[in-house]
Amino acid sequence: MEYNIVLESFEGPMDLLMHLIDKAKIDIYDININEITEQYIEYITKMDELDLEVTSEFLVMAATLLEIKSKMLLPQKKQENANNQLEIEEADPRLELVRRLIEYRKYKYISQELKEFEEIQKKVYFKPQEDLSYYAGDDEVLGEMDLDKLVKALNNLMLKNKKNKTFINVSEVQREEYTLEECMKKIEAKLEDKGMIKFSSLFDDSSSRAEIVVIFLSLLELIKVKSIIVRQKDNFSDILIAKQARRDD
Amino acid sequence: MDNKKIKSIIESLLFIWGEPLGLKDISDILEMEEIEVEKILNDMIEDFDHNDRGLKIVRIKNNYQLCTRPEHDKWISKLSNQNKTKSLSNAALETLSIIAYKQPITRSEMEAIRGVRCDKAVQTLLDRGLVEERGRLEKLGRPIIYGTTVEFLRYFGLEDLNDLPPIQDLEIEDDGLESMEE
Repeated sequence: MEYNIVLESFEGPMDLLMHLIDKAKIDIYDININEITEQYIEYITKMDELDLEVTSEFLVMAATLLEIKSKMLLPQKKQENANNQLEIEEADPRLELVRRLIEYRKYKYISQELKEFEEIQKKVYFKPQEDLSYYAGDDEVLGEMDLDKLVKALNNLMLKNKKNKTFINVSEVQREEYTLEECMKKIEAKLEDKGMIKFSSLFDDSSSRAEIVVIFLSLLELIKVKSIIVRQKDNFSDILIAKQARRDD
Repeated sequence: MDNKKIKSIIESLLFIWGEPLGLKDISDILEMEEIEVEKILNDMIEDFDHNDRGLKIVRIKNNYQLCTRPEHDKWISKLSNQNKTKSLSNAALETLSIIAYKQPITRSEMEAIRGVRCDKAVQTLLDRGLVEERGRLEKLGRPIIYGTTVEFLRYFGLEDLNDLPPIQDLEIEDDGLESMEE
């Protein structure tokens, strides 16, 4: 028999097995394990592109089928004097698989039902919640304002903005304005000059955040290479920087 | 207030709120007993259906919501060029069916039934808000257990979990198993 089965249409080994059983039009309670195993293995050998994740699960099922097949070949023992424990073990080797297939088929069937519900529900539209704050009449905030105050507030805001303005051009990668090396050299030069300096003297109000960060990083680097020592009296107080006396190795 | 007036108020409330509105909230607003309001709402649902109104009232658990009729989609969709949200894959639907009937359930239990890994399907369902984590099972590995959400009911147009297609019909087949066990 030739099939042209597309792998994607199966949701796993159970789905494939279900498909083979339906196709062969056989009773699920009386599966011809020989035939099904053959077809199953034929199918998985035909899978050209081996998706390992899927394959391992398909292989487990193949092994299960072969195990059942071999058990079926063993002669059945007589059960006359067997206790319950033994009877269960000697039940049809296909039982466990059939149980799983039936369980799987239930949910497969339900999932198709849900798919129909989904199709219907997709044609239904819901309205998003109305933004009631618009109607809430909270314009009292502006009650005490007059035009002059508003203009003043706006001016203040614009002034503040000007100060903090940093242009970020996202479409271009900007060259780093401050490099660690330069900053370290600058600090060292200043130290040569004065002997001891304050951290705050290394930058002024116009310095950008990036500049201050780089200055701080270079301080850390200088501490690491043991060319300076720093002191700070309290939390948040200014940091004092001094040259570390070089020890000759 | 007569029923007509109350119905018209409820209609406004549902329109403004858009989202599912709780029976309790409606009753509080109207300063009426929930049982009374529920009766009126049931009446309204019938009125809307009976008169072929453009909108209908749906009930999801104890919440009510206005929505359009599915048969009007043909026309409504002309208003919008946007693609609708993607339908769930078969894998996601199978996994969701198992969760819906067996909740609370762990992922390994789903995988035992489906015979394949379900992590991707579960993630999709979580992302879509159709299932949620319900805590952990107090056994080895403390696996996460999952259950369905209110959004799940809304998504499939169900009033509550009892609205799911009955699974008992399928269990009759289990009789066949007994003959195999003998």
